[in-house]
Amino acid sequence: MEVLRHIRITMPALKKSLEDMQYILATDVGSTTTKARFFRKKDGVWRFYVAGEAPTTVEAPYEDVTLGVQNAVREVEELTGHKLLRPDGHGLIMPYDGKQGVDLYCTTSSAGGGLQMMVAGLIKNMTAESANRAALGAGAIVMDVIARDDGRQPYQKIQRIRNLRPDMILFAGGTDGGAGQHVMEIAELIKAAEPKPRLGVSYKLPIVYAGNKTLREDIAKLFKGEFALTSVDNIRPVLEQENTEPARRAVHELFMEHVMSHAPGYNRLMQWTDVPIMPTPAGEGMAMQLIADTFKINVLGVGLGGATTNVYSVVDGRFVRSVSANLGMSYSVTNVMKEAGIPNIMRWIPFKIEEEEVASRLMNKMIRPTTIPQTLEDLMVEHAVAREALRLGLQHHRTIATRLKGVQTQRTISDMFEQAIEDSYVKMMTIDVIAGTGGLLSHAPRRVQPMLILSDAWLPEGVTRMFQDSVFMMPHLGVTSTVYRDAAWSIFDKDCLLRIGTSVAAAGTGKLGEHCMTVELTMPDGTTVKEDMKFGDIKLVPLAEGLEVKAVIHPAKAFDVGEGPGKSKEATVIGGIAGILLDARGRPLYLPEDDAQRRDLLYKWFTSLKLYPEDPLKELVK
Amino acid sequence: MTTKKHEAPKNDKKKDDKESGEAHAYTPGLKVKRAMTIDKLRRLPIPGEVLHKIGDKVNYDTKVARTEISGEPEIVKVAMVLGVEAEDMTRYMLKKAGDKVKQGENIAFYTALFGLMKKSVPSPKDGVIESVSEVTGQVIVRGAPIPVEVDAYLPGTIVDVVPREGAVVQTHGAFIQGIFGIGGETHGEIKVVVAGNGDEITPDKIGPDCKGKVLIGGSLVTLDAMKKAAQVGVSAVVVGGVRHQDLTTFTGQEIGVAITGQEEVGITLIITEGFGKMNMSATTFKLLKSFEGYLACVNGATQIRAGVLRPEIIIPHEQKGEEKGDTFAMGMVPGTPVRIIRQPYFGAIGVVDHLPVELQAMESESMVRVLTVKLSDGTTATVPRANVEIIEE
Repeated sequence: MEVLRHIRITMPALKKSLEDMQYILATDVGSTTTKARFFRKKDGVWRFYVAGEAPTTVEAPYEDVTLGVQNAVREVEELTGHKLLRPDGHGLIMPYDGKQGVDLYCTTSSAGGGLQMMVAGLIKNMTAESANRAALGAGAIVMDVIARDDGRQPYQKIQRIRNLRPDMILFAGGTDGGAGQHVMEIAELIKAAEPKPRLGVSYKLPIVYAGNKTLREDIAKLFKGEFALTSVDNIRPVLEQENTEPARRAVHELFMEHVMSHAPGYNRLMQWTDVPIMPTPAGEGMAMQLIADTFKINVLGVGLGGATTNVYSVVDGRFVRSVSANLGMSYSVTNVMKEAGIPNIMRWIPFKIEEEEVASRLMNKMIRPTTIPQTLEDLMVEHAVAREALRLGLQHHRTIATRLKGVQTQRTISDMFEQAIEDSYVKMMTIDVIAGTGGLLSHAPRRVQPMLILSDAWLPEGVTRMFQDSVFMMPHLGVTSTVYRDAAWSIFDKDCLLRIGTSVAAAGTGKLGEHCMTVELTMPDGTTVKEDMKFGDIKLVPLAEGLEVKAVIHPAKAFDVGEGPGKSKEATVIGGIAGILLDARGRPLYLPEDDAQRRDLLYKWFTSLKLYPEDPLKELVK
Repeated sequence: MTTKKHEAPKNDKKKDDKESGEAHAYTPGLKVKRAMTIDKLRRLPIPGEVLHKIGDKVNYDTKVARTEISGEPEIVKVAMVLGVEAEDMTRYMLKKAGDKVKQGENIAFYTALFGLMKKSVPSPKDGVIESVSEVTGQVIVRGAPIPVEVDAYLPGTIVDVVPREGAVVQTHGAFIQGIFGIGGETHGEIKVVVAGNGDEITPDKIGPDCKGKVLIGGSLVTLDAMKKAAQVGVSAVVVGGVRHQDLTTFTGQEIGVAITGQEEVGITLIITEGFGKMNMSATTFKLLKSFEGYLACVNGATQIRAGVLRPEIIIPHEQKGEEKGDTFAMGMVPGTPVRIIRQPYFGAIGVVDHLPVELQAMESESMVRVLTVKLSDGTTATVPRANVEIIEE
């Protein structure tokens, strides 16, 4: 089990005690934009104060990330009149002296392609899979997973490793005291391939060894002089146990020591910060854990970016992150089209449009990734792609968030009638909260849009609360939480986590128009709202943010809302900027095969939720 | 492409009172320069030897630097083949680490039962024994080093040398960036095969005389024309647009992420405007046409993420009229020429009219910073600032 407290980085010497702090600054150095978020304690409560942004300066002609950081911070200074930057250009005024400065500064970074890793293990479904989870959990993009049984010949694996330019390798294999020879074979393969680090050939490539501990000496002897080797506790000391934490911590430390220190300007930036620089997805992951940890619930979160889609799950305390490196809404938008197939994108569009036209638009978005949709038609095409990126992202996540393989599982009689036990434990009925962040979700013109996009893509079941990052500060708050959890949570709760509302969805399928469920809501004024939902319908019941009401849901015989088919459920549902979404469209979602019928149904859903402006939408579908 | 014209949101006069003095352009413009000094760093992937010194004249195919990368390794499971324990293997080795071997030459030999039973292990390739492991029973044979050379790409003069890494080649010429390309570096004489910037390249426009040439088209190159170009031996095709489906069929794969340059499809293709049928910008077309018959150095390599790399056409020439080369100007002021790069005005060209400070609602209801553009037909369009690029001419 990996919970927040385990992944705290050693507390550094702070300029002030936590209680005395007044101002905190956090930045995220993204691949295109550096985002500064300024927080302050007002009347004893930590709140978000102001945001500043500037282009990232990692590339030529600047090649110094601190310039972009200073520009973003300068915008904060201009907006608040609060002086933060030292006049000599060497960082920030610290601590706050009553007039100027800041008490804590921390940052995340994904500039220059983030942390790119190669993972190796002995058996694909066991140690290699555990190592993959550890690398992903540390915020890495995993370029490839090499294993003895990955179906490739040794020469093919060597070829692959030679072509990769990773920042780091995580190498696992064998249980403690178990297989030795085969692990050494993989080690020899890595050595023979002579992988070169991506950032400059002048430094040694870091390798984290997290395999059979009895082989550490042999491994050290083999890699001596050619790699920067760090050995940590075995990731699978016994088959029944996965211990990713030491490997993940080592990856974080090496990220600072080796990778970041070779990126332009990071040596300076590292001197400015109070805590180590963290990969952006690691910060985002911590924010997701903060939600799960505080409410003691299961969370499924997503960062839908321009280049990548990061999915995070915290289920029964177990945290797993997956990154789909080439699923995104700008740079990688055509890869979503390639992976999903155009028909899957087209199925979410309620008006007639040629496939070639959609494909051309997406290709043009890829080559000019910073453009934004001006027309409603364009916005709806992007929303269609987002649904598919999210769907594929979760599909990928489920292959990572699996039960430990190689462990004997007790099977019941009922399992014998199934083809196989499902591997992933991420089941929508057990998810209590869905949280989203990223440009498309945060900047959607109507708040009900991200709610429906997430619902269509992930198909929540039962009662699910839906949250959203207000102005992209999850990574900032994640890294802040490593130092000052209470302040981070206060800001998170009050200013970052927008409550969109609650989804009430019945799992099961039926015929259009048949009874699906009845929902009774006891409203704050004491009145009862009763909604009879027919199969194929969707409806939004307004309930303001901050309000909670009791709901009793009675599903029809073939439908389940969490207590089993046909069984009623009582729950507390929260309001939000959108409200309560009653979803009787079935799980799996019912979409007619016939094109005209499908478009009609989509139009009905969209108008029922007031998803888009009425007149232009009508004009489009005409 | 949709031809439907969307009405621009009405401007609120009051909001327009506040104007940005100079605004940031989000998308850097593509360069279209008639004459400038062009420097190209030609660099080895790993350290090696630089073959020229500052002041040397080079042609596009002159080698400027070379190195060797270590050869391909091959793993030989010696202990397993001989049927002995890994720790005993060294006793049967005929070669030790560091020894040179020839393909087929025995590297290990095992005999038992007074010579009745014999087993040998031949080397799979020419090379050197790199390691002999008593833990795994494996021997690694490293193949001969692989030479890597870098040529000058441009005809010109060496103006700088980076010791052990490469050299900077300088030339004077026209420099035109495309928006997207496939295929790597190539060369050829410029040949314009269409009458105007709105014309398509069709197969009938490509004849045997196009072999080795850089063909200039107008709005589109069709799938059959691309196939014909590859068949005839055309070096490169430069055109306004290409259809997504045609490109997919031609390359045999869908372009997922925009990192290109490695495709081996017979030609290098550069599109200057975007996907679909799109007229090549009149300025670009006119400029390319004026250099018909000149040598062009062309590279289709494109990378949108992490360090933007756009495809390029370089035409070395002696004509005067130096224009400023690497400007990092990202500023837009009223009068700046811009191209609109998204629907509903995709491809339209005009000049910046106003830069209102206030956010405005688009038809999509997104609240964004906008600018108004006076289009070449005299009308005015209001578009998000993110949806224009500056024309650097």
